[in-house]
Amino acid sequence: MSTPPGTYLDTASSEPLHPAARAVLDQALERGYADPRRLHGDARSARLLLDNAREATAQALGVRPDEVSFTPSGTHAVHLGVLGLVAGQARQGDRLVASAVEHSAVMHAGQWHAARGGTFETVPVDEVGRVRLDALDAATPTVLCLQSANHEVGTLQPVSDVAATSGAPLFMDACGSAGRLPLPDGWAAAAASAHKWGGPAGVGVLLVRKGVRWRNPFPGDDRVDERTTGMENVPAALAAAAALQAVVADRDEVNARQAALVDRLRAGLARIPDTQVVGDPADRLPHLLTCSFLYVDGEAIVSELDRRGFAVASGSACTASTLEPSHVLAAMGALTHGNLRISLARETPAAEVDRLLEVLPEIVRRIREDAGL
Amino acid sequence: MNADLELDCRGMICPRPVIELARHVEDVPPGGVVAVVADDAAAAYDVPAWCRMRGHEYVGSDHAEDGVARYLVRRTAPPGR
Repeated sequence: MSTPPGTYLDTASSEPLHPAARAVLDQALERGYADPRRLHGDARSARLLLDNAREATAQALGVRPDEVSFTPSGTHAVHLGVLGLVAGQARQGDRLVASAVEHSAVMHAGQWHAARGGTFETVPVDEVGRVRLDALDAATPTVLCLQSANHEVGTLQPVSDVAATSGAPLFMDACGSAGRLPLPDGWAAAAASAHKWGGPAGVGVLLVRKGVRWRNPFPGDDRVDERTTGMENVPAALAAAAALQAVVADRDEVNARQAALVDRLRAGLARIPDTQVVGDPADRLPHLLTCSFLYVDGEAIVSELDRRGFAVASGSACTASTLEPSHVLAAMGALTHGNLRISLARETPAAEVDRLLEVLPEIVRRIREDAGL
Repeated sequence: MNADLELDCRGMICPRPVIELARHVEDVPPGGVVAVVADDAAAAYDVPAWCRMRGHEYVGSDHAEDGVARYLVRRTAPPGR
């Protein structure tokens, strides 16, 4: 069965390639094939592209070029950022503390640290998913992990406030917000992922502040950049940088438009009976909204929406790769079943948001009816 | 803890255990306790979340004789919720 061209509302998982990235990628593939470490002309050409990518990325994110490293994924950048800070503070302690709603990449890094004899603990969040400052104060971390914004529910975290009062170096997972919002201040290391802002997949960005104690936690390499291993994907890094610049350039306009549509979605969803809209209503990412429908099977609703041409994600266990429900929703005390995460594309028209709000109440009603309610 | 009614939701996946709870909570008198025996991981979060949404009291959890988790709910909301 073929699916008609639909409405893609899963940009928080992966944004379609930005036109600016596509144009640059084509050119860079022609010129960026060589190993940037070599001493011949082809290598110099690749090195130039890599340096350009680094500089453009640094400028767009408001950091120094020598604070930018390209990694094979956002996940790998997270692992390097978290565990590199831990390795850098080994003489101070081994206590890694993270908010309970961090991305699984942070949680996996924490478990990896714990499996090697370190301590890993999470601190609770409130009902909108924001980290509880009183709990953070009590946690006395050696290294602290706090995301810029939650990837599932959109709530922004008070990174700058936490960094200002915490003595521990802070790792910030910025994958949810990088490009869309300026980076908050105060972090020691941070990570971002290009395919979340319209760059190609396979490009992560690790940021390590100048002067921060960071040590490679994994086997090293002899690259241009001592923080990375393996040959950089030079054309993809340049394309990612081009997309980032383009996204930053028009984010004020795009964010305002998306935030208005998210407000419209929120109001519409609130009219569906027994629906929990989760996450902070105001202090949030502009492009995504998450809700849970009581008594509704997450897989059923995602499939029904797919049949009607809507691509959305769900944090419910029955739709996830594991049998566990979303640890983010669980930590917030929200319903974990019947969950939908709707994330808008740059060009999502208001008419498609309205069409979604037209079909959803009937889908939810029918699934509940089929369940005997 | 003794329950006035025990719902066997073993083998059911989410949201089935919560649906069973909603269906049967009014089978016990006001103040009575319903136990939901469920091996689905989501029930640990969704039973308390349901109680908050519906105004019932989530008492806590223990285990059935076979070790499966058992979630206890006291009927405290008015009928018809």
